Amino acid sequence: MSSLDEKIDEAKKLSMQIVKESDEDKLMTLSVGPQHPGTGHFRFIIKLDGDYIVYVNIDPGYVHRGEEKMCEYRNYFTNIPHLERPVIHDSANITYSYSLAVEDLIGITVPRRGQFLRAITSELDRINYTLYWLAIYGIFLGHSTMFMWPAADRELVLDLLERLTGHRITHAFNIPGGVRNDMPNNFKEKCLSQINYLEKRLKEYEHIFYNNPLFRQRTEGVGILSKEDAIKLGVTGSVLRASGVPYDIRKVEPYDIYNEIDFNVQYMKTCDSFARAYIPFLDVRESCHIIRELLDKMPESGDVREKLLSNIKGPPGESFKRVESGRGALSYHIVSDGTSRPYRVKISTGSFRNILALPFLLVGSMLGDMPPIYWSLNYWPIEADR
Amino acid sequence: MIDNKSEIELKKKTILLSKDILNSVVEKFGDRIKVIYDKRNRSKIMVDPEIIVETAIFLRDNHGFDHVESASGTDYPKEDQIEINYHLGSYVNPDLFPYVLVLSTKTNRDDPKTNSLINILPSVEYFERETYEMLGVYFIGHPRNERFLLPEDWADIPPLRKDFRLKGR
Repeated sequence: MSSLDEKIDEAKKLSMQIVKESDEDKLMTLSVGPQHPGTGHFRFIIKLDGDYIVYVNIDPGYVHRGEEKMCEYRNYFTNIPHLERPVIHDSANITYSYSLAVEDLIGITVPRRGQFLRAITSELDRINYTLYWLAIYGIFLGHSTMFMWPAADRELVLDLLERLTGHRITHAFNIPGGVRNDMPNNFKEKCLSQINYLEKRLKEYEHIFYNNPLFRQRTEGVGILSKEDAIKLGVTGSVLRASGVPYDIRKVEPYDIYNEIDFNVQYMKTCDSFARAYIPFLDVRESCHIIRELLDKMPESGDVREKLLSNIKGPPGESFKRVESGRGALSYHIVSDGTSRPYRVKISTGSFRNILALPFLLVGSMLGDMPPIYWSLNYWPIEADR
Repeated sequence: MIDNKSEIELKKKTILLSKDILNSVVEKFGDRIKVIYDKRNRSKIMVDPEIIVETAIFLRDNHGFDHVESASGTDYPKEDQIEINYHLGSYVNPDLFPYVLVLSTKTNRDDPKTNSLINILPSVEYFERETYEMLGVYFIGHPRNERFLLPEDWADIPPLRKDFRLKGR
């Protein structure tokens, strides 16, 4: 056989091994998280065609602890410390709606001074959570100053909370019937001076972060969630209000003292990532006003809690109460069968509802737009997993 | 201070509103719907499993209940039933902003199946998936009745059933 024939044979064999590229081969699968520091304890799988995302599947559950099941084994008071674990920076709000639901079930009202203290704690926690979120948002968009500043200023809020409740985070301050203790003597002056300082700092944040051309370029017009889609997907909180629906539970269904407080619902109509990043910031500014107003209107003295038996029995029935937390509506559905333990507790959190918008927004956008879209959803994985 | 007059008027308005809604639903579906309670800003109706989709469509199109605040299930082993609750809310009708209507139905505990509302209210998607794995209720029409929050190798009964006991408790 000639050498040419050998070569032809060899070429034929090789061509047999060549596999034609199929459409599926063009896609690259990427697993984002759960170890990736940019997502927290959360994973989603995306498929890329070039630089464009064509498929998203979310995979939560890495921090699922079965809070709802745990509630069935503890009484109405011993449930408090474990219920605030899902969102330790905003623990006043997550126990607020629980307390409201239990009070609705038992049929008691909280003394007036207690209602004010609850509102102050929940507003301080909203600031606390939002500053933390802003810090992470900043660092994952490559803006390290925005990580340093809120993380440092958050300490002032934590100091206030420690003074008021005894703990920096996870205060266990809201309990069914009111709050655990009255505020210390010099709290009002201290709080006002810290709030004044924080408001001054907020102006600087806006200057360095929100007016930054790079940040604006990366977020403006990115991840558009129209009003119709936002309503259809049932998103809540800042995500909803960034899409032009002025829906804030503190306003539409005022709980405790909020119907006496004068404040504005922050919303924007641009529907993009920038709006979703800006609304929580505006909320912090509004919270400063609210705290000042609360401290001003607060009665000088009085009870802060309605004393209840530690093993109080809830009458058979059910209740559903919600509050506006840092991430949107946070609601509890409690079913009681007449014993001292709840029969069933369902926690519906803002994070769990907002994450439905993630696959919707990511499909069709570029990979580089993923961090601004993901963080603008104000998602806290631990709260969503419960 | 609280403006008592406007407070009372608001209260009257919400009572009338919830009466309106409940009456219209009962008128449409007759005795297949039962009103469980009607409190301030909260009402609950119990419907037959066959008409849950029709009821949801009726409530969405005629009254503007366009999303769910929450959806969940409760296990009742003594009655051998699982109750499924949808907490409906509205973002389009400002009168309904503070109002939450609980649309609930019951299904057999041994073979729990119910029609999914995913085509009427897309916001139920993850809530129904969670109910499927936590209580074992199969949602007919839902594209993904599968594992969501629990570990992938979970090999026990659905954990929110009452016969699932926590260890050491």
